[in-house]
Amino acid sequence: MPEFTLRIRRYNPETGAAPYWDRYTVDLEPHRSVLEGILQVKDRFDSSIGVRCSCRAAICGSCGMTINGKAGLACHTHLSEAMSRSKDGTIEIQPLGNMPVIKDLIVDMDAVHWKKVNRVTPWLLSGDLPEREHIVPRESMVDVTQPMACIQCGSCVGDCLAMEVDPDFIGPAALAKAYRFVGDPRDVQHEQRLKDLADDPHGLYTCTHCFKCIEACPKGVAPMNQIMRLRRIAGQDHHIEDVNNGERHEEAFVVLLQKYGLLSEADVVPRSYGGNGLTGGKLSPKSGEQVFQSLPFLAKAVLRGKVKISQTLFPHKLDSESLAEVKKIYKDVKGREERLELNLYITGYDEDGDPTTSEAIPDNPNEKAGATA
Amino acid sequence: MPSHDVLIIGAGLAGQRAALEAAQAGASVAILSKVHPVRSHSVAAAGGINAAVKVTDSWESHAYDTVKGSDFLGDQDAIEVMCREAPGEVLHLEHIGVTFHRDETGQMDARAFGGASAKRTFYVADITGQAILHVLYEQLTKYSDQIDKYEEWFSTSLILNEDGSCGGCIARDIRTGQMEVFNAKSTILANGGAGQIFKPTTNALICTADGMAQAYDIGAELMDMEMIQYHPTCLVSNGFLITEGARGEGAHLINGNGERFMSKYAPNKLELASRDVVSRAEQTEINEGRGAGPNKDGIYLDITVVPKKRVHEALREIVNIGKDFSGVDITKEPILIRPGQHYIMGGVRTNVDGQVPNVPGLYAAGEVACVSVHGGNRLGANSLLDTLIFGKRSGAHAAARASDIPMPQAPTSRLEVDRKKLEKIISRERTGRRISEIKDELGTTMNKNCAVYRTEENLQEQLEIVRRLKEEAKTAAIDDKGTIFNQDVLGALELEYMMKTAETIVLGAIERKESRGAQSRADFPDRDDEKFLKHFTFTESDSGPVLGEAPITFTKWEPEVRSY
Repeated sequence: MPEFTLRIRRYNPETGAAPYWDRYTVDLEPHRSVLEGILQVKDRFDSSIGVRCSCRAAICGSCGMTINGKAGLACHTHLSEAMSRSKDGTIEIQPLGNMPVIKDLIVDMDAVHWKKVNRVTPWLLSGDLPEREHIVPRESMVDVTQPMACIQCGSCVGDCLAMEVDPDFIGPAALAKAYRFVGDPRDVQHEQRLKDLADDPHGLYTCTHCFKCIEACPKGVAPMNQIMRLRRIAGQDHHIEDVNNGERHEEAFVVLLQKYGLLSEADVVPRSYGGNGLTGGKLSPKSGEQVFQSLPFLAKAVLRGKVKISQTLFPHKLDSESLAEVKKIYKDVKGREERLELNLYITGYDEDGDPTTSEAIPDNPNEKAGATA
Repeated sequence: MPSHDVLIIGAGLAGQRAALEAAQAGASVAILSKVHPVRSHSVAAAGGINAAVKVTDSWESHAYDTVKGSDFLGDQDAIEVMCREAPGEVLHLEHIGVTFHRDETGQMDARAFGGASAKRTFYVADITGQAILHVLYEQLTKYSDQIDKYEEWFSTSLILNEDGSCGGCIARDIRTGQMEVFNAKSTILANGGAGQIFKPTTNALICTADGMAQAYDIGAELMDMEMIQYHPTCLVSNGFLITEGARGEGAHLINGNGERFMSKYAPNKLELASRDVVSRAEQTEINEGRGAGPNKDGIYLDITVVPKKRVHEALREIVNIGKDFSGVDITKEPILIRPGQHYIMGGVRTNVDGQVPNVPGLYAAGEVACVSVHGGNRLGANSLLDTLIFGKRSGAHAAARASDIPMPQAPTSRLEVDRKKLEKIISRERTGRRISEIKDELGTTMNKNCAVYRTEENLQEQLEIVRRLKEEAKTAAIDDKGTIFNQDVLGALELEYMMKTAETIVLGAIERKESRGAQSRADFPDRDDEKFLKHFTFTESDSGPVLGEAPITFTKWEPEVRSY
C-alpha cells in the first residue's frame, strides 16, 4: 500500500502553546481522500486531532480546510492530487484562512462565514402566494440550482484574496447566496437587494476577479461568476451606479470593439469616465480629471508605443470586411430577446453533440464544474 | 439554565420543520444539534420527495404504494396522514423557496421512483435534501428572534421528571465543554438514524443512534428495529450512495453475465421495484456466482442508457461521485454497485403526532422515530416526506401541549451524573481498545451477520459479538484530555449508544422468524401473516432489553401477496 506523509497544523487554545506541526504516515490508495488520511491518523495514532467531518462524500460541507496551499474539502481531495501540489513530498494540512482557529483544523465559521451569509437577507422575499406552485421558467430554476448547490463549506471564503485585504468584504459565498435570490423569479425585491449590496463599501464591487473562489469551490458554484452576474443585473437592468466605474469601463470596451473592431486604447479612459456620447467622453470634466491623473501612466504607454497620440483623433480599426464580421457578432448577441449568459448549469455540456443541446459549449466541463479531481 | 416551551434535539429536516411550526404557533423554541444544522444528514438525501401533487394522481394511490412497500407492516392510519398531507407540504416548500425542477410549462416536474405507481417524486436535480435543508435553514434564520439555536451542542441524556414525563435534556457545548440543563415543557427528538452501526454504510459519521438510545434510557419503546434498509445502489469501492433517481431516469442493472436480471424478480417494475426486492435480487445474483467486477461481488448500474443532457441536468451529483470516488464516467460506462446499509425503518415508537406513548412530553420525528409509516421497507423519496410531515405535526402538538402546562421543575441531579460520567471517560487509563477498533468490529460484523439475508446461526453469533463489544466499549481508550472541542469523549458516548441500539436490532431480527420487507431470513423464506403480522418493541430493564409487541393499524388495505 502506498504511503503518504501528512503534516497537520495543531493548535490547542487550552495549553497556551503556539501552533505546531505534527507529522504522520498513512497507508492508503492514492485515489483515497485526504479526509480518509486524517481519519486513519485519528484512528491509529491520535484521536485528539480536532476536525469537523460527517458525510465523507462532499455534500455536508464540514471538512473545508487548506491542503497544500489550496482551500477545499478534505473528503473531495485525493491524496494523489494533494501530493501533486506538494513542495516537500508531504501533504500540508491546515485550517481555512480568513477565519479564527478554534482548535487544530476547526475554524470559527460563525464569526466570519455565517455572519456574512446573514448579511445578505438570506431568505426568499416572495409576493402574494399562488394557490399551487409558482409558474416559472424551467431554465430559471436550473440556473438558481447552481448557487443552491453551495454547501456552505467556506472554502471560497478561506481563499478569498479580497477578504484578506478587506476583512469586512461580504465575500464570495454570501454574494453567491445573494444571487440565489436575485436570480430567482419568485423573489420580489431584486432591486432592493442589489442596491443594498451596491451601496455597501464592502459589497458588490470589492471583488477583484482573482478566480480563487472558483478554483476552491468543490461544488461548481463559481461564486465569482455569480458576483459578476449580480453586477451586470445591477447595472444593466436596474441602472444602479457602480462606485468603481466598472460598468462603464466594460461598456467602453464593448462600444469601441463594435465601432473599430480593435481596442482603441486612447479612447478607453475618456469613454469609461465620460460616457459613450458623440464626443466619446472627451469633453467630460470627469474624464478630463481622470486623464490628467493618468498622465504618468499614459506617458509610459506612449513611450512604449502602446498608444499613439494620433490615435486620439484617428483611432486604428479593422479593414471593412473584418469589421463587418465583428458587427455581425454584435447583431447576433444583442438581437437576442434575453441577455446571453454563458451558464453551463442551463446549457449543459455534451462533447458528442447531443441533438437536444442547442448550444454546444466546447470548454472542458470538469474544469468548469470546479471539480478538483 | 435555558428554559423553553419546546426543545428540539437535532436540526435536520424533521428538527428544523418542527422548530418552524412550533415557533409559528407562538411557542418559545430552542433547537440544539451536535453539528451545524446544514451539516445534518438530511443534506445527503438526493432523489426527491413523494407527493400526489399532480391532478392526475391521488393520495390514496400514494398510500397504497407505501402500504405495499412496507410489506403490510406499516400503520395505515399514519400512512394515510402522511400521504394526505404530502401535497400541501411540497407546495409549502415551493412557496418558501425550494427550487424544484420545472417542466416546460413551468410547473413542478416529477420523476419515477421505486415501488411507485405514478411519477410523483419532486426533485431539485439530485440534491433535493440539500436544497430543502438549506431553505429551511434560511427560514430558521428569518425567524431567529423566536428560535434560539444551539449549534454544536451535544445532548448527553434526556431528563426524566419525577412524574415520569420528559423535562428536556442535559447537553454539552462542544466548543467550550460547558454542560447545561435545558429545561422544556415539550422535547422533540429529531436526531436521526443509526447507520454507523454498520460498515460500510451510506450514512454520515454523525448517525450514531443517539436519540434512540437516549429515549430508550428513559423508558421509550424501540419498535421495528430489525427492519434495516439496504439500498440497492452503493459503490462497491467505498459504500457511497448512487441515488435511486438514476433508475428513476431509466438506468439498468446488469449482472456479471451481461443479463438485465430484474426481469426474473420483478417482471413488471424491473429496476423500479421496491428497495428490499431489488437489493435481495442483487444479493442473490452475487451469491449464486453471477456477480460482476473483478471479485464478482458487484452488479453493474448502467446509466449510459439515459440521455447525457438529462444526466448532466438531473443527476449532476452522481456524475461527480462516480468520477471522484470511483474514477468512472457514468455517462460513458457502467459503474459497479451493490446493496449497502442505508436506513433504519425502526426507531422510537410514536403516534401520528410524534408523541412517545409512555413518556409524556417526549416526541420523536424523522429517522429516529417509528410512526410507523415505512413498516418493513421504506419507499425511496418517502423519507424526506416522513421527516417533514411528522416534524411539522410534532412541532404543532408540542407547542399546543406547552401552552397548557407550567414549566416543569426538572431535577438537576442528572447534570452532575452526566458531568461526572464524562470526566470519568476523559480520565480513563489508556488500557482498553481504541474506539475506532471497536466500532470497526461492530460495523463489519453487523454487515456480515445482520444484512440482506439473515439466519438464526449468524444472528446468534452477532448477538454474542455485540454483547462482548458493549462491555469493551465501557473501557475504550481516549486520547483527548481537553475540554475545547473534545470530540473523542463524545465518540465514546456515541459508541455506547450504538451498542445499545445494535442489541435491539439483532434481537428483533432473531424474534421475527419470517421474511417480510427488509427482514429476509434464509431459514424462514416466507412471510407468515398468521404469526408475525405485528410490530416488535423493546424497552430497557436492568436485566437487558424486554421484548414487547404492538398491533398494526389497518384501515383500507388487507395484506395480499406482494409482487412488482
